[in-house]
Amino acid sequence: MTTVATRLRRSPLDALQRWLPKLVLAPSMLIILVGFYGYILWTLVLSFTNSSFMPSYKWVGLTQYMKLLENDRWWVASKNLLVFGGLFIGISLLIGVLLAVLLDQRIRREGFIRTVYLYPMALSMIVTGTAWKWLLNPGLGLDKLLRDWGWEGFRFDWLVDPERVVYCLVIAAVWQSSGFVMALFLAGLRGVDPSIIRAAQVDGASLPRIYLRIVLPSLRPVFFSALMILAHIAIKSFDLVAAMTAGGPGYASDLPAMFMYAFTFSRGQMGMGSASAILMLGAILAILVPYLYSELRSKRHD
Amino acid sequence: MARLELRNVNKRYGSGLPDTLKAIDLAIDSGEFLILVGPSGCGKSTLMNCIAGLEQISGGEILVEGADISAMSPKDRDIAMVFQSYALYPTMSVRDNIAFGLKIRKMPQSAIDEEVARVAKLLQIEHLLARKPSQLSGGQQQRVAMGRALARRPKIYLFDEPLSNLDAKLRVEMRTEIKLMHQRLKTTTVYVTHDQIEAMTLGDKVAVMKDGLIQQFGTPQQIYNDPANLFVASFIGSPPMNFIPARLQRQGGRLMALLDSSQGRCELPLSRDIQGLEAREVVLGIRPEQIVMGGAEGNGLPSIRAQVQVTEPTGPDLLVFVTLNQTKVCCRLAPDVSCCIGDSLALQFDPARVLLFDSASGERLDLAAPACVTQDNVARFTGR
Amino acid sequence: MTSHRWFSPSRLAIHATLLLACALYLIPLIVMLLTSFKSPEDIRTGNLLSWPHVITGSGWLTAWDAVGGYFWNSVKITLPAVLISTLLGALNGYVLSMWRFRGSQLFFGLLLFGCFLPFQTVLLPASFTLGKLGLASTTTGLVLIHVVYGLAFTTLFFRNYYCSVPHALVQAARLDGAGFFTIFGRILLPMSVPIIMVCLIWQFTQIWNDFLFGVVFASGDAQPITVALNNLVNTSTGVKQYNVDMAAAMIAGLPTLLVYVVAGKYFLRGLTAGAVKG
Repeated sequence: MTTVATRLRRSPLDALQRWLPKLVLAPSMLIILVGFYGYILWTLVLSFTNSSFMPSYKWVGLTQYMKLLENDRWWVASKNLLVFGGLFIGISLLIGVLLAVLLDQRIRREGFIRTVYLYPMALSMIVTGTAWKWLLNPGLGLDKLLRDWGWEGFRFDWLVDPERVVYCLVIAAVWQSSGFVMALFLAGLRGVDPSIIRAAQVDGASLPRIYLRIVLPSLRPVFFSALMILAHIAIKSFDLVAAMTAGGPGYASDLPAMFMYAFTFSRGQMGMGSASAILMLGAILAILVPYLYSELRSKRHD
Repeated sequence: MARLELRNVNKRYGSGLPDTLKAIDLAIDSGEFLILVGPSGCGKSTLMNCIAGLEQISGGEILVEGADISAMSPKDRDIAMVFQSYALYPTMSVRDNIAFGLKIRKMPQSAIDEEVARVAKLLQIEHLLARKPSQLSGGQQQRVAMGRALARRPKIYLFDEPLSNLDAKLRVEMRTEIKLMHQRLKTTTVYVTHDQIEAMTLGDKVAVMKDGLIQQFGTPQQIYNDPANLFVASFIGSPPMNFIPARLQRQGGRLMALLDSSQGRCELPLSRDIQGLEAREVVLGIRPEQIVMGGAEGNGLPSIRAQVQVTEPTGPDLLVFVTLNQTKVCCRLAPDVSCCIGDSLALQFDPARVLLFDSASGERLDLAAPACVTQDNVARFTGR
Repeated sequence: MTSHRWFSPSRLAIHATLLLACALYLIPLIVMLLTSFKSPEDIRTGNLLSWPHVITGSGWLTAWDAVGGYFWNSVKITLPAVLISTLLGALNGYVLSMWRFRGSQLFFGLLLFGCFLPFQTVLLPASFTLGKLGLASTTTGLVLIHVVYGLAFTTLFFRNYYCSVPHALVQAARLDGAGFFTIFGRILLPMSVPIIMVCLIWQFTQIWNDFLFGVVFASGDAQPITVALNNLVNTSTGVKQYNVDMAAAMIAGLPTLLVYVVAGKYFLRGLTAGAVKG
């Protein structure tokens, strides 16, 4: 029964075919390993050195981090990030959800309205900053508009008020990004099984109640996606500050990204700039790792 | 057309994981129709992918016409496959779908046109050739998928649950068509299904699989009449075989199984005498259609009275449920039998058709003839 | 739903809210446009929404003189970077979804993280590298940078898209005798139009709107328009010409705005599907 079978061989071309997927992925793998992880490591190393205008590799331990933590400007930037990030994320989510729910009520010309809410997202933060800098201009902007319209005592000079300038950043950023949040939630709402809403209506629940208690809780994944994206925008925010306030007045509207740029490239404090970049990475990791962990874990159960 | 043989095929995904396929031995002759049947996760689709070359086997040999193809890439194996999801190329017309494999193989255009025309005529899809797959019904997509396989005239055809996405009526129609097609073309075919009716109606040979092992390999009749173990017996047949736990006794030199209903007792003499089973707990396997109404006395068959608990008229049959040895037993009676819930029925069994299973291992205790084709298969089944 | 009562008070409130929001989103654009066509005189005497006494294009002409050259820089950077990163992303996504191998999932995890990477952590080493390559302050250098750091997103887009394509398609094509690139080119690419649109639009907006890489890696003649605009707006010398600022901002924003208005619906359809799925 057991005759010896002739084993048909694979041609060399087939061997190439088997290696092709790996070959195709190889350049990207190299790019990711070097350009992402290698460079992060490099920056990490720089943050432990006394690099100033030029990189130097003289090890100084945690000195740069200590200097950073003693730097008043860094603390202002960090505090601003908390205020800016918190308000920007909170308000964008609120507006985004509200507009999405309202827009989900079979509105005529929905497509047009959606485009209007979304177009700011197409504009760069530089353009956004330029526009809002003009809109909020103390003297010629909103300030004057409302006074011309009869509100005699109206004053709006937040842009030059060190205490309030960060709220100007929030206004511009919310304008730019909230439409995107709306779009995310609208897509999520469209994915909700309409029979759930019908079942709740049969049970006698009112529409606002149905949204608050049933529909929105089912959009948890969308909520987290939006949160991640917004947090990411907030931490990386650099261009908006550059265009709108350049960190001013003084350094009242500095954000860590701006701080990093200023110290690394203008002030010749590469070591401290690197340290600040590493701390920014730490902040992102603190948000990202739990998120990715739960994400990958739930995927594995699919 | 070609003879297909699998020798000791193993498939392992990771070193820590159990084998997905364990020592699979199968052989079918040129032109035969092999069914791989089993519950989901039994390894039947993996085995098919291994034959196609979409997955590499970890051990053993796959022979086509005596040559081992297990190291070859799928395109060189000269095997065509019909997928459960049909896997029609969505951006290509039906014509291009059928012609794709031929074009890749650099067949001249005139020959391609001829072949597409032949296949389209065979499957009656000539009027659909210009359409895109999304414009076809499920049944039409199914035909195109078969056409794509037929166009290449490969040595072996593989079908991976091809009918499971069709509705019930169409499924029966296409089943008949596949059978007709096979009778006409006499192609060597391996067909994966979890549907036992497809397994019984289509196959020349059936391999029942579970947990990566072939439980039994034989003709549909062998599988149905002479199942190798409880699993095979329960998997094939609808309504399924009755399994009645019983105790064996030796009386007057004959081995008897004791049956007990609330209305009587019966000693069922076993047709085959096996030593060493006295006082053992066994499982009797009786197909519903093998239980008959006890009419005229004196036909010699043992009989027992039992109370009807539920009746289910299915149209062609009347299913009557009674309790024997505290087990629900289904009897398939003629539809014109009049009986109501609570009636007392006299039921008879043909002892020659009653199967005997070990209640612990589930294996057959009274295997008459080797149910399997190859000797080593038999050894494996009876040896455990 | 309340669909039968089109004029109930609650529906009126909904429409009013939506329209008010529309106005709020549109006002900055209207102000930018109005201001860009005003004369400096009108800007000083009027307010944000006052209609200009004279409509003049001089702001636009001055703005184009100031940033026009950089506009073409942005074109030179954006087009190749978008095309290359999209193609690479498509190939990567194809491998990561259809040709998985040991370690490919790990690679995907590493890449996913790249989507969230704060670029501040790679700025210095990247600028050293560009310097070594002789690409500092060139548009070519910026193309390279944008390809590298756009790869994470383009790969993610295509990988997620191809994961929803039945694997049986690839298997069928392999049995039909098609190889790696034939399957990609003949089967998968033709059905990728929606995700290609998403990817192109996303990359176009990202790269066109980039400021950080532009300001760090390019100075002088190689600057993209965002950097030029920022320089123009934030120069403290001379009299502020708000009409020129706004016109320059419009010039910088028009290409992406145009892409959005024309192709935005493809973008939304694809992006939200991907983002919601994760």
